[in-house]
Amino acid sequence: MIDKLFSSETVAEAWQVISTQFPQAIWETVYVTILATAFSVIIGLPLGVLLVAGEKGGVLPLPSWLMHVLNVVINLLRSVPFLILMVLVFPLTRLIVGTVVGTVASIVPLVIAGFPFVSRLVESSIREVNPNIIEMAQSMGASPFQIIVKVMIPESFPSLLSNITIAITTILGYSAMSGIIGGGGLGKIAMNYGYYRYKYLIMIAAVILLIILVQVFQSIGTRAAVRSDKRLKNK
Amino acid sequence: MIEIKNLTKTFTTADGTVEALKNVSLKIEDGDIYGIIGMSGAGKSTLVRCINMLERPNSGSVIIDGCDMGLLTQKQLRRERRKITMIFQGFNLLMQRNCLSNICFPLELDGIKRADARARAYELLDIVGLSDKAKAYPAQLSGGQQQRIAIARALATNPKVLLCDEATSALDPTTTHSVLELIGDINRKLGITVIIITHQMSVVESVCKHVAILDDGRIVESGEVGEVFAHPKSAAARRLVFPEGEGSAVVVNSSDERFIRVVFNGAHATGTPLIARMAVEEGIEASIAYASTKSIGEKAYGSMLLGITGGEDNVRGAIQYLQKTPDIFVQEVTLNDR
Repeated sequence: MIDKLFSSETVAEAWQVISTQFPQAIWETVYVTILATAFSVIIGLPLGVLLVAGEKGGVLPLPSWLMHVLNVVINLLRSVPFLILMVLVFPLTRLIVGTVVGTVASIVPLVIAGFPFVSRLVESSIREVNPNIIEMAQSMGASPFQIIVKVMIPESFPSLLSNITIAITTILGYSAMSGIIGGGGLGKIAMNYGYYRYKYLIMIAAVILLIILVQVFQSIGTRAAVRSDKRLKNK
Repeated sequence: MIEIKNLTKTFTTADGTVEALKNVSLKIEDGDIYGIIGMSGAGKSTLVRCINMLERPNSGSVIIDGCDMGLLTQKQLRRERRKITMIFQGFNLLMQRNCLSNICFPLELDGIKRADARARAYELLDIVGLSDKAKAYPAQLSGGQQQRIAIARALATNPKVLLCDEATSALDPTTTHSVLELIGDINRKLGITVIIITHQMSVVESVCKHVAILDDGRIVESGEVGEVFAHPKSAAARRLVFPEGEGSAVVVNSSDERFIRVVFNGAHATGTPLIARMAVEEGIEASIAYASTKSIGEKAYGSMLLGITGGEDNVRGAIQYLQKTPDIFVQEVTLNDR
């Protein structure tokens, strides 16, 4: 098996695929991940803030039925396996993108899976904000909106950054899965060559590249989070 | 003027209701430094939060310069809160902002232009003596410095009232003293009414003009600081003035011994052997029956109970002699009045 894997023939073939198709695939994976995360944050950040601010006794109390609906919807979306979710959102994908296959189309299910996850992460970041600081802002006459924009989000910013990094790496993993429904990127290559055609060397190369991408995103995110945190002394 | 009328506040917890404030009434004149002292759980923090309606009282009213705080709409209340600012035990600075923009925070809320806000913030940094820390982050400052920044922030909107909620409780004695001096300075120079919530006698003694003693949600005693501390009437006040229990500490030497209480209210008495000098200069011998004094900086705070023998003349003489030193209050006490 091993000698078959590394025979000059397979190596040459693998190299051919790697050199011609991988640059494009890496690019697709990166941009799908970043775009899907960006949209997930755009939807998930306000929702996550509302999960905290809208509570009874929060800075912007919302009707309890609304909070219930919000929580149930988020939990529901979080509990559907991504593979199933991709298929379930086909109608929505068709509505937005016009087609259900392809790289761009895969962004829709990624966002649908990503934003509930992001909103839970944001919720936990916002909960870390010292309630005494929120009381301080209230004592200075801050409105609920000012508290959210000037206190809650900036004060939890480093934590938000590291949580969004977690979201990026998770969405990167999901994006590889979307190769099954014709989404582009490294996932598709791993599926097509490795799973369907038994070209294991190519599959291994794609997986290694995915691992490297996760490492890169994670280190950039962690470094940014630490750098942005002004609570740390001696910098 | 701040008028607190018949304030009542109850909290509902899992174990039933807790009455935090029971019919509290107070009047605080403009320009005063008013101390509200009590043991923990006495309702001090609730009381101060009712003044700016961070806590809504169940009944009663808070009237500041004729404006009933309880009747304001949310928007009016937010406007009014910029005139009644607050400092806290935990400083509550925004940790992700530097000192300068922490001070700018209330001005930002008010929609003041960035350049104007910064100019004002630099002025305030100068007032609190931390001009060199404009770009520093709170985590890089000591507790005392953080509280100074918090004071500067509280002053940014030109308030008429400054509420201090255990503002020095997290600081060491020397820093406490310097922060209190700053608060006193601000009160004198800017004419801001200051309300100080504390459980520390020394804080009230060193800076307050008037004091109210809060015990179990009730005001049990109030008045001028010297008066209340020299002559505590209520049990709660006596507990605060004599934390170790006065009675147990008193040693009665002879039957004709009479007692005077000496209260040091920031007197410049350290470095002078006051009692010994009295013996030398006046020939009056005094035995110290009880003493709880401490010096902060050059000043002495606390009280002493002196036993004096030799009848009326000696007692009079001692009172006259000791009272010559400024900021010392002396009063004869009878045994059961202690």
